[in-house]
Amino acid sequence: MALLFYPEFEVIRNENRCIACRVCERQCANEVHSHDSESGLMLSDETKCVNCQRCVSLCPTRALKIVKSDCTFRENANWQNDTIKEVYKQANSGGVLLSSMGNPKPFPVYWDKILINASQVTNPSIDPLREPMETKVFIGKKPSQIERDKDGKLQFNLSPQLELSMPVMFSAMSYGSISYNAHKSLATAARELGILYNTGEGGLHEDFYIYGENTVVQVASGRFGVHEDYLKAGAAVEIKMGQGAKPGIGGHLPGTKIVGDVSRTRMIPEGSDAISPAPHHDIYSIEDLRQLVYSLKEATEYKKPIIVKVAAVHNIAAIASGIARSGADIIAIDGFRGGTGAAPTRIRDNVGIPVELALAAVDKRLRDEGIRNNVSLVVGGSIRSASDVVKAVALGADACYIATAALLALGCHLCRACQTGKCNWGIATQKPELVKRLNPEIGKEHLVNLMNAWRHEIKELMGGMGINSIEALRGNRLMLRGIGLTDKELEILGISHAGE
Amino acid sequence: MIIDVTGLEFDALNEKLRESDSTVTLKGCLGQRFIASGMKDKTITIEGIPGNALGAYLNGASITVKDNAQDAVGDTMNDGEIIVHGNIGDAAGYAMRGGKIYIKGNAGYRAGIHMKEYKDKVPLMIIGGSAGSFLGEYQAGGIIVVLGLSTDGSLVGNFPCTGMHGGKVFFRGEVSKEAFPKNICLNPATEEDIDLVRNSISEYCDTFGFDKNEILGAKFTVATPDSNNPYKQMYVAN
Repeated sequence: MALLFYPEFEVIRNENRCIACRVCERQCANEVHSHDSESGLMLSDETKCVNCQRCVSLCPTRALKIVKSDCTFRENANWQNDTIKEVYKQANSGGVLLSSMGNPKPFPVYWDKILINASQVTNPSIDPLREPMETKVFIGKKPSQIERDKDGKLQFNLSPQLELSMPVMFSAMSYGSISYNAHKSLATAARELGILYNTGEGGLHEDFYIYGENTVVQVASGRFGVHEDYLKAGAAVEIKMGQGAKPGIGGHLPGTKIVGDVSRTRMIPEGSDAISPAPHHDIYSIEDLRQLVYSLKEATEYKKPIIVKVAAVHNIAAIASGIARSGADIIAIDGFRGGTGAAPTRIRDNVGIPVELALAAVDKRLRDEGIRNNVSLVVGGSIRSASDVVKAVALGADACYIATAALLALGCHLCRACQTGKCNWGIATQKPELVKRLNPEIGKEHLVNLMNAWRHEIKELMGGMGINSIEALRGNRLMLRGIGLTDKELEILGISHAGE
Repeated sequence: MIIDVTGLEFDALNEKLRESDSTVTLKGCLGQRFIASGMKDKTITIEGIPGNALGAYLNGASITVKDNAQDAVGDTMNDGEIIVHGNIGDAAGYAMRGGKIYIKGNAGYRAGIHMKEYKDKVPLMIIGGSAGSFLGEYQAGGIIVVLGLSTDGSLVGNFPCTGMHGGKVFFRGEVSKEAFPKNICLNPATEEDIDLVRNSISEYCDTFGFDKNEILGAKFTVATPDSNNPYKQMYVAN
């Protein structure tokens, strides 16, 4: 059969350097490389290459590189290469296009259009190397007033809080969509860092119950792996209403990934698809959401904060206002650049809004309505760096969720082929020979390194502003200025333009 | 032990229930939600009508309701039993993963959505009367039985078994194939099928005083999905 189109990537092998050691062949689960015994040469089938860079990284003689092919269709600003290829793929298969990881389209990244303030002359900046800086945050419902008993003594009726050593948590990625070793890396790193990771919707592997204090357990529409012990194992329970990469739709983990422990953890038979319906079929209103929130509070005896996670969509401020009145302790907002193990391309690339705008709108709305203290706000959906965290906090977030950045720390090369289940880096796969490539000890170390580096950067950015506690930065939009933004964008973000 | 729960809020009710003897009767129940959420090792009898989400995440407790129950009975229950001597509302047994729910009367909409099973842990719901629309949507495992007793002959409402990809639904009598999605197979129950539910139906009949021979003597139809990968062909990698 004729090729649908020329392969996207070319494998460039420097024959002078290649020693035909066949490492590339063994390392590539996509079976790009093969050895020709007659000629003694290595061959490549580029049609199978996803540019994950595994062979490049492991080639002992640096004989390999993967480059984007310059063989393209005739240039056309309207019908670009990807658009044409997508039409071919659908015409050929009749299928819905399925993609992985976050929205790659060139939408505005508001973090990159926001600048942070620093102190000069009139107020001193603080050097985090010589002065204490507090990055610890507590998230959960805060009391709106001080209560005293009849003797005037303070009453401490604080709702359950999560203590985080820094305002970052690892976001939900299910066991099934990612590997055992990836989960182990996240769990052990969260414990060492004093933060939390999130089980995602696939349940909690029995080996990881011991990390419960550092675990958010998720309840999604498929309710996989949800039972009393699971709910009680976590430090908090998250109700997943939506995900930034695919707002409004559910998820299908293909039966090929439902093997062994994944099957047991999700409590569905091996080989059966794991289908999360688009809505929770018992939640059609805020009142229904309240019912799920309180059934979880009852089941966990009011000891755990309940997080409600929603995708950032058009009326997010009104939705968040409803959630803040539902009894939830924390609202997590996932922006449209958030990652995914698999989502329909059209949804991922066209549905939802940037988390920066959603966060600013929600924080303002909750303040205006006097219910900001009812909930903490956690934002995710492409938080890429310490400066994104600082900007998010200044826009009103209590903490951030990161996932793609965490996967990068584990070795992900963002080839965006998670849905194949053949992740050469041992992350988005359930194949034992691939999973073992991710050493959870090293994975943990890298995650801890990344977060410690961010923590120090956060301190430096705070110190520069003359702020020594992250709590004092929250919602402090005076510390932010926009650059190259329209009046409307500045209005929604609630910040002034640079120079003002 | 009898607890009078008249006028008690749900959180206070559950607190009393957690501290109660292992066998307890709740008197004067009127709409309190979340009763026995996540509980195990209790035998609870409820007089009056419990509110929504009765026995959510139930983990082994036994609940008997002398009257009707409302929505979301046994939401995500893991183990135990809920016996309702009346009708129940919508969304009963959502994502149930173990244990059993016996309903003497009818079930509302969306019963048994996304029930699932793993190995020997197979949840069971027996509905004595008829089931409302959307029965067994997304069902991934487990068994639902609809007996159609004391009804006008109707067994189930519209759109049953949409997205079903595991488990079995038994109907006592015949159902119209047109009502079901294309991927659902409807077959007369074999002896093997009936063996799966024989003891449970007998127990059900004993509980509610029905004639088990008469009920088991009738013909049953079984609905099963033709694949546990219903959406496999839907996608193309991009």
